[in-house]
Amino acid sequence: MATLGDLERAVMDLLWEHQEAITANILRDLLSQRPSGDDGATESRPLAVTTVLTVLSRLEKKGLVERERASRPHRYRAVTSRADHTAELMLEVLGSATDREAVLARFIGTVSDGEAETLRKLLGR
Amino acid sequence: MYWTSWFLAALAVVLAWPVPVFLARATWPARAPFAAMVLWQSIALAGGLSMIGAMLCYGLVPLGDNLASGLRGLVRIFLGTESLDTLGLIHAFALSAAALLSAHLVFTLWLTYFRIQQQRRRHRDLLNILSSPSNDRPGTVVINHQAPVAYCLPGGSRSVTVLSDGLLELLSPEELRAVLLHEQTHLTQHHHLLLWAFAAWRSALPWLPTSKLAQRAVSSLIEIMADDVALRSVSKSTLVTAIALVASGSAQLPAAALVQDSSAQIDTPATTSARLSRLLTPAPSLGAGLQALIIVGALLLLAVPTALLVVPGILPQ
Repeated sequence: MATLGDLERAVMDLLWEHQEAITANILRDLLSQRPSGDDGATESRPLAVTTVLTVLSRLEKKGLVERERASRPHRYRAVTSRADHTAELMLEVLGSATDREAVLARFIGTVSDGEAETLRKLLGR
Repeated sequence: MYWTSWFLAALAVVLAWPVPVFLARATWPARAPFAAMVLWQSIALAGGLSMIGAMLCYGLVPLGDNLASGLRGLVRIFLGTESLDTLGLIHAFALSAAALLSAHLVFTLWLTYFRIQQQRRRHRDLLNILSSPSNDRPGTVVINHQAPVAYCLPGGSRSVTVLSDGLLELLSPEELRAVLLHEQTHLTQHHHLLLWAFAAWRSALPWLPTSKLAQRAVSSLIEIMADDVALRSVSKSTLVTAIALVASGSAQLPAAALVQDSSAQIDTPATTSARLSRLLTPAPSLGAGLQALIIVGALLLLAVPTALLVVPGILPQ
């Protein structure tokens, strides 16, 4: 768990694994059980619940996590599935919204059917 | 001032229509992409300056013989030491139009910047939770998707190049290197700033032929420039194969088909074909002298309206 970004990713992965909303305490326990880092050798310090809460509120601000305030302590769930987020991301990448070119620079822009056909012949596939 | 305003108006018209149409049809820009890029920027800047300058000068005619004295007269009107009647209705209208157009351009530039930043932030947030950092390549992340895509998301020190699993499966290490070199050139040469300025120019004046043509030209020129940088380190056949593989791969996706139905397709230039045909049947790049000449010409083009506005007495009163 090196950076806040890594933690955010780990929290989201756990929320996606769980169908129902879970509390920050449970999340903390689940995060501690996970093998830390790629080497697996380093023993990470136990994670504080406040850290998990910070990460959750950051994710909430980004619109990725929603909070159930009915019960105490609050329970958290992912707003939508991983697949939906991926679809949103890819649509922005592949789409041709007016500002898209200025937002991100793709290696290949939109390819027409005719162009694709020519290319396949060129590649001999 | 009177003749200056008419000369600037004529320049604005020439730069708004015939010049960009001719330049967009010309074939030499692909052989001298940098010079062409400078020329397009100069056309846009000189065009905007002439448009605003023409109206400003015309509006100030009753108040003075040059821009400085005219503006001093305008200040006197605002202070109340000179009557508004000196100006007259038509000239007051021209001045208002100049002020409105300037405000519109600045505001659109700012709005476009804000919108782009917002989209990039959202995109970065999603990337952060959906991608994993590439172990052996700094500044590169990998997303888990079958579509073979590669792109870069600019953002100062947080700039990132994104590759998909589909792309990593499709390309050989050398072809991947070509893709990365291409994308990194976009970042190091700050192409996103050019795209931002021309996107703003286009959304500010969408009915102007020059803004649409300029944006298209610029987006295909930056691809050519990025390809040229990649070609310094990888062979031409590697780059061609990479482009062809990624293009034919991404055309098979359902998302691509979905996107192609939209009317935005009309605006998408056949950049991929143009890039490939340039690589496959290369024309020698324009001579250094000729390129220098184009750049000097572009700078002169910008200097003309600037001098007319700032230096008094170039044209008869």
